[in-house]
Amino acid sequence: MLSEDFIQTLLLTFKLSFFTTLILAVIGIPIAYFLAYKEFPLKPMVEAVVSLPIVLPPTVLGYYLLILLSQDNPVGRFLGAVFGEPILFTFKAILIGSVIYSLPFMVQPVQAGFESLPKSLIEASYTLGKSRLTTFLKVILPNVKPSILTGIVLSFAHTVGEFGVVLMIGGSIPGETKVASISIYEEVEALNYENANLYALILLGVSMVILATVYWLNKRFSRLG
Amino acid sequence: MEIKCKKKLKGAEGEFNLDVDISIEEGKVVGIFGKSGAGKTTLLRIIAGLEKPEEGFIKVGGKVWFDSRKGVNLPPQKRKVGFVFQDYALFPNMTVKENILYGMEREDRKLLDHLLRITELTKLADRKPNQLSGGQKQRVALARAVARKPEVLLLDEPLSALDYQMRKELQVELAKLHREFGFTTVIVSHDPEETALLSDKVFILENGKVVDEVQPEKLLEYTGKYQLSGKVLDIKLENGRAFVVLDTDGFRTTVPIPQNLAKKLKKGDTIKLQMVNNKL
Repeated sequence: MLSEDFIQTLLLTFKLSFFTTLILAVIGIPIAYFLAYKEFPLKPMVEAVVSLPIVLPPTVLGYYLLILLSQDNPVGRFLGAVFGEPILFTFKAILIGSVIYSLPFMVQPVQAGFESLPKSLIEASYTLGKSRLTTFLKVILPNVKPSILTGIVLSFAHTVGEFGVVLMIGGSIPGETKVASISIYEEVEALNYENANLYALILLGVSMVILATVYWLNKRFSRLG
Repeated sequence: MEIKCKKKLKGAEGEFNLDVDISIEEGKVVGIFGKSGAGKTTLLRIIAGLEKPEEGFIKVGGKVWFDSRKGVNLPPQKRKVGFVFQDYALFPNMTVKENILYGMEREDRKLLDHLLRITELTKLADRKPNQLSGGQKQRVALARAVARKPEVLLLDEPLSALDYQMRKELQVELAKLHREFGFTTVIVSHDPEETALLSDKVFILENGKVVDEVQPEKLLEYTGKYQLSGKVLDIKLENGRAFVVLDTDGFRTTVPIPQNLAKKLKKGDTIKLQMVNNKL
């Protein structure tokens, strides 16, 4: 019933979401830490840039990325040289786009988590002779676990549902850049409602399961305190 | 221990200067008493290195912690302080045992068991902070601060959240720990009774300045309250009213008291009388 194309598309979608989330966890948590605990004059600007993808039409973001990543642009040429091939319309391009597009979904919950942690916990750790790093790993991180989990799940789910950015900078190359949401669009355009229906149902199911899991885990965490 | 510091603070009634110059005999318990907003907590935070004064000098046990002229400013990690925060600041992800162990430089199970015993937390060692009462939380915070073997123990409004019975217990525990570990203790409080109860000497802080230095028993007078104790010589019931005859410093005094209180008293008991001057 499920064609090979179909499975390939789904696998690609989850591969993209997985790597996007992984990269976001690595870069998003430090950004959130920085925004939560440091004060500097340009902070509102940085916060605005991080949050921009929430309000910006995906096609706008995609358009700028298309320009930026092309071989006519120094950034695109540089990345092309690093990876040994022009990166526009490759998996790497949609990965970069997804990371930028889902950045606020990682940074915002984690930043809120850091900010809601009583400052005295951090100060207590310092007065007990513990370094910033030890304090971060042993006190801060374990106490913002629910926020980090929310960030991870939202980033993953948001990337699964991505459409505009991927379409602009990925094209629709099967096995490389053609993700499920784009497939749905194409199946509908080809009046292939049966396949569109299947894709849509699977995405709906996956999103539902993911969100329900977050709320369930959050409830458990808050009960354990 | 010497503390000199100057820092501009923002209060409810505009800016004022915290300007303190006190020296504390090591090993003693001193109270810093003042209304809220007088700069008490800031002073503690400056001693701990959590806030930086504009000018000043802090020396503890022969070691300079802060000297604005020479540019010395040890971070909190390098100052041997135990800070008991007003909100206790227990780590919610750790059990009682883990909280106390976290305070140690090197894991010392013997000291852990000992601290748990003194603070009567042995049975609660594996509980998380959210399963503890206010008094228990405070004992954990105290044990954790002492586990660091501090030279200075700093207590921010330690008794405000506790009822009378718990206050008494904490007083006993603090005395035990103090006797054993011999640290200098600085307590800040806006409650004259709590300050008097726990300290050897009290500094009065007003608008950022130390205006007086008093013995704890004089503190109550200072705040417009006067306390004296009397020995019950006799209890009388006349015309449906109760009176107690007291020996107060050699003077015979008769005081009317509520009947239900009279029933609980017997000859030879000692009671405290407190007078409050409403003008102050």
